[in-house]
Amino acid sequence: MDLLRFATAGSVDDGKSTLIGRLLYDSKSVFQDQLESVERTSADRGDDYTNLALLTDGLRAEREQGITIDVAYRYFSTPVRSFIVADTPGHVQYTRNMVTGASTADLALVLVDARKGVIEQTRRHASLSALLRVPHLVLAVNKMDLVGWDQAVFDGIVADFTQFASDLSLDLPRVTAIPLSALHGGNVVERAAETPWYTGPTLLEHLEQVDVVRDEAHARSARFPVQYVIRPMSTERPDYRGYAGTLSAGRLRPGDAVVVLPSGRTTTVAGIDTFDGELDEALPGQAVTVRLADEVDVSRGDLLAAADDAPTPVSTFAATVCWMTDAPLVPGRRLLVKHTTRTVKAIVTEVQDRLDVTTLAHEPVPSLQLNDIGRVTVRSASPLVLDPYVVDRRTGAFILIDEASGATVGAGMVAG
Amino acid sequence: MTATKAQLDQLDVLEAEAVHVMREVAAEFERPALLFSGGKDSIVMLRLAEKAFWPARLPFPLVHVDTGHNFDEVLAFRDQRAEELQARLVVAKVQDDIDAGRVVEVPGGLRNPLQTTTLLRAIEEGRYDAVFGGARRDEEKARAKERFFSFRDAFGQWDPKNQRPELWDLYNGRHNPGEHIRVFPLSNWTELDVWRYIAREGIEVPSLYYAHEREVFERDGMLLGVTPVSQPREGETVTTRTVRYRTVGDASCTGAVASPAATPLEVVEEVATTRITERGATRADDRASEAAMEDRKKEGYF
Repeated sequence: MDLLRFATAGSVDDGKSTLIGRLLYDSKSVFQDQLESVERTSADRGDDYTNLALLTDGLRAEREQGITIDVAYRYFSTPVRSFIVADTPGHVQYTRNMVTGASTADLALVLVDARKGVIEQTRRHASLSALLRVPHLVLAVNKMDLVGWDQAVFDGIVADFTQFASDLSLDLPRVTAIPLSALHGGNVVERAAETPWYTGPTLLEHLEQVDVVRDEAHARSARFPVQYVIRPMSTERPDYRGYAGTLSAGRLRPGDAVVVLPSGRTTTVAGIDTFDGELDEALPGQAVTVRLADEVDVSRGDLLAAADDAPTPVSTFAATVCWMTDAPLVPGRRLLVKHTTRTVKAIVTEVQDRLDVTTLAHEPVPSLQLNDIGRVTVRSASPLVLDPYVVDRRTGAFILIDEASGATVGAGMVAG
Repeated sequence: MTATKAQLDQLDVLEAEAVHVMREVAAEFERPALLFSGGKDSIVMLRLAEKAFWPARLPFPLVHVDTGHNFDEVLAFRDQRAEELQARLVVAKVQDDIDAGRVVEVPGGLRNPLQTTTLLRAIEEGRYDAVFGGARRDEEKARAKERFFSFRDAFGQWDPKNQRPELWDLYNGRHNPGEHIRVFPLSNWTELDVWRYIAREGIEVPSLYYAHEREVFERDGMLLGVTPVSQPREGETVTTRTVRYRTVGDASCTGAVASPAATPLEVVEEVATTRITERGATRADDRASEAAMEDRKKEGYF
């Protein structure tokens, strides 16, 4: 049994909540008391049908206003796979929410209304998914029942989408288009009888089968950000010193030559410890404790990297930033950068331009406003060990923190 | 040597995520604490903490908010686990707040809502800046909106409409003195994941979680055990049934479910096919209203 994280994106009336409700309901992941509660509330509000959106809108203000305020996480599983759904709302703080949901997603589910085709929202969703390097994209062409399950309509939408992606040379991951009806359930879990012309998988079949083995992460060179130094200082292990962290890329084995960055000292891996025993190899995503052969100075915020392929520490770098707070980001702004396990003071020295997420055009701007995405230059008070975001979604990502309020005000991706 | 895994499975991924979160907290905060009640979620969280810091001992104390309505067996289990881990256990008693007049107990009322005052007092007295809780997003719809790192102001309050965005595995624990962060390492776990993990890891939990014979009576569609704090009222008949507990909170409002599941694997099987959430089945306090949990959480509840 493995795990797939996916993010959904859609606008108000494209049936996103209904689709999630349908997946939860048809996979028998909605509990009876939850459904009864939703049915009761729907009836109290005078809705004509059971409003499955109420399953995901958890806050009082959301139910009152009939909108989704914040990313909500939903869970369901089938006999072959578990799923974490980041349900990102369409209206309030749209970009911020979508970027948040997509940052950890293996797959982005983009909804299109078959009657409307590829609209500006669709383009934005696809662009953001590409920007955040979500490995898979599903184009869910919904409300097919309202266009008579017409293959020509579906093919037209897929062609439009493909054209748009190639026009912008969008670096899109593997795209799968599925004709479906969330309201009636066709091609969501059960195959629709009306689409003999469609030979691909249903949505759930696709979600169950899509490849989540992080081949790329496995094949790359090792990256191990040190989180915490473990020193038991116990009578059994008076001299034990282990470096705890999560391997973000590559594989790590005892005997591997590693370089400690930013200091640049080299040493070898003496052992990889876990509570359950020593490992002969650690995989990307595994939380382990590494022992080193030499007594070198290593502390939180350092990176252990494969000695033959290590990044160069830098103090000035270019990045794409999604700005998430009301006060605009202007050149000269001082912030904290949190990158892997290292937090440093930094200055945004330059705001280069802003990205139009529907056309991917860069337009020069003096500052970035709330929900803008743009290219900036950052200078950090001490060196950071970065990989380009297109190569590594962990060592290429950072957040920006306002030192006074402590708020997370931006998300950044290191330029390639 | 442990053989290499070809690929991490779902429980491995959830485990690694929780361990990562706990290490972030240990590294970035000065005075963390872990809420430990002896319930299954906090037992799993405690095991994850053990894994995160092995071979060192836990770098933080355990805190229990004792309603005074706990099951004796669960308290004994709590003490035993703390001793095994040589961890410091701090018990904050709701009764102390009642005696001091800081909260008023409604006769026949539930003590769960009163816990907030005791919890916030314990956090203030311990000057804890990060507090681990075993809450999961799948439990309840207000909790589905929670972050791994959940900011609390100087009054312990949660502001669900103004939360920090949480991206990648980068957690923001910045706070000023007097404020604190609640940390939920099990955010992405479901009830089924918790039981699969208990089964896979061979983790011991109080026997109340497994099928046993018990004197119970029915109230509000729940089976309540006969205990000093939950006595049958007139017209409520006591029968002996084979039951187990899905949650082991306040005995006065935590119901048992009729169940023959006597082993972790049988519980996994049962949870996989059950059609009622654990809170819907067994928690009177959550049935109070559609937003009961949200309101309590805003005030500083778990």
